[in-house]
Amino acid sequence: MNGKISAGTKRAWAARLVVLMPYAWLIAFFLAPFLIVVKISLSQTAMAQPPYLPVFDLSAGWAGLQDFVAGLSLDNYALLFSDSLYVTSYLRSLQIAAISTLLLLLMGFPIAYGIARAPRRLQALLVVLVILPFWTSFLIRVYAWMNILQRDGLLNDALMALGIIREPTTWLATDTAIYIGIVYSYLPFMVLPIYATLEKMDESLLEAAADLGCPRWKAFWLVTVPLSLPGTVAGALLCFIPIVGEFVIPDLLGGSESMMIGQTLWTEFFANRDWPAASAVAVVLLCLLIVPAVIYQHMQTRELEGAR
Amino acid sequence: MRKGPSWLNIASIGLGLAFLYIPIAILVIYSFNASRLVTLWGGWSTRWYAELLNDDAMLDAAWISLRVALLSASAATVLGTLAGLTLVRMGRFRGRLLFSAMIYAPLILPEVIIGLALLLLFVAVDVDRGFWTVVIAHTTLTLGFVAVIVQARLIGFDRSVEEAAMDLGCPPLRTFLTVTLPLIAPAVAAGWMLAFTLSLDDLVIASFATGPGATTLPIRIYSEVRLGVKPEINAVCTIMIAVVALGVVAASLLSKLREVKPVPVPGPI
Repeated sequence: MNGKISAGTKRAWAARLVVLMPYAWLIAFFLAPFLIVVKISLSQTAMAQPPYLPVFDLSAGWAGLQDFVAGLSLDNYALLFSDSLYVTSYLRSLQIAAISTLLLLLMGFPIAYGIARAPRRLQALLVVLVILPFWTSFLIRVYAWMNILQRDGLLNDALMALGIIREPTTWLATDTAIYIGIVYSYLPFMVLPIYATLEKMDESLLEAAADLGCPRWKAFWLVTVPLSLPGTVAGALLCFIPIVGEFVIPDLLGGSESMMIGQTLWTEFFANRDWPAASAVAVVLLCLLIVPAVIYQHMQTRELEGAR
Repeated sequence: MRKGPSWLNIASIGLGLAFLYIPIAILVIYSFNASRLVTLWGGWSTRWYAELLNDDAMLDAAWISLRVALLSASAATVLGTLAGLTLVRMGRFRGRLLFSAMIYAPLILPEVIIGLALLLLFVAVDVDRGFWTVVIAHTTLTLGFVAVIVQARLIGFDRSVEEAAMDLGCPPLRTFLTVTLPLIAPAVAAGWMLAFTLSLDDLVIASFATGPGATTLPIRIYSEVRLGVKPEINAVCTIMIAVVALGVVAASLLSKLREVKPVPVPGPI
């Protein structure tokens, strides 16, 4: 009896250790940093190291804490909403993310649908072919498009050879280039979730529809599309959320006159060294993304736990 | 869906794959271009690869990236496997919601936010930024990916084998090492590979977390690329693509070999 209890306690301790190690890591390096971001977003810029005020001083005790709290302010947020630079930057990011997600859907769905209808043996290979580019560097894939979209690049050469355009068009440093780059980089994230739901679909439903005299396009619209909705929504969120904060693609392919919010944050931080402003930009961005992120997490958990 | 694909299906797959692969193919071909002008074809040559061998800054950056990726992928695999176990096996414990939120968030949140947050933490606790801060940042970024892969594998397998071992008096740690771990090994290996590639690939978070003397390969490439297309960069990229392609082929061959062996585990209930 005694031995059994001690074995049980030992097991409980082992279980606690399993939970504790990743938990502690994530609290230290994921949660704590976010609390610091919130705190610094309430601070002021200063010509000091670190470049913000107030700095919390533990040795000053209670009085120090009071001074510290009194030093916090919402000034950075006021600036964020009064300066049109930030507001347009947020709106532009949301707009680009929404349009690219739509483009990704229009391109990704037919590919996923095609793969799901391919012969079983071929499906695995096609899925690997779609994932494979994702394993090569993101930066390389964006850079590859810089090669193609330059003024004397291959796209202009090809279009002129085909007689579609007479003289070179500017592609690089335009919004078109941003959309091409985003669709190219995020395509696998759209195709895979949609394929995963289409592949599980019971095809006897389509047969039943056909037997009852439903035309194929109508069966597709009334049966296939609604059943693929979980994968479609997951894919759309998986693309939309990170695209809003995208930095590399607009920086390398886009123009310099208008920035997405990821670029604004980057510039505030690295070029202007305004850490409090950069933190406030991050906090507001996080607030914008929290709702879609929670929906996505909810869907993921349900997907994984529903499979049990 | 047993019905064969229509011409429309075949066309969309074909166009999709062409869209995915043509830019990479062009990049690879132009890395063998003899001309310094990236847009003019001057015949085949390997001169940019030769020049790369003399580019010490690039080679240093590659070596740093490789070490960061090895260390952070290994740490993320240990922590991520434990996290995956926690999500599947620990049931409902206090703080579970926060835990799973912290696992999933790095998978989708924009990198600029995570990078900024980590940098401000490093400044607040006053550590010198450099090699180790990048390792920590990448471990944090990638452990969620490992956790999700391991979680998916754990959900699909039969617990009775583990219970049998425990009933026969096998202690939990030993049960884990001799029964559970071999069963989830493919997922753990896949998680490690993904973490490794993600670390090798990351520009944004590394830019925030790094300090003097720890320029990773993507940071180095980015600083060159900002100034325009260069044949040397095409060569670096081609080498990276070749390494990844070899890795993926090797991994799929290995998993094919494993499949041949009989697997003594019944499928999911």
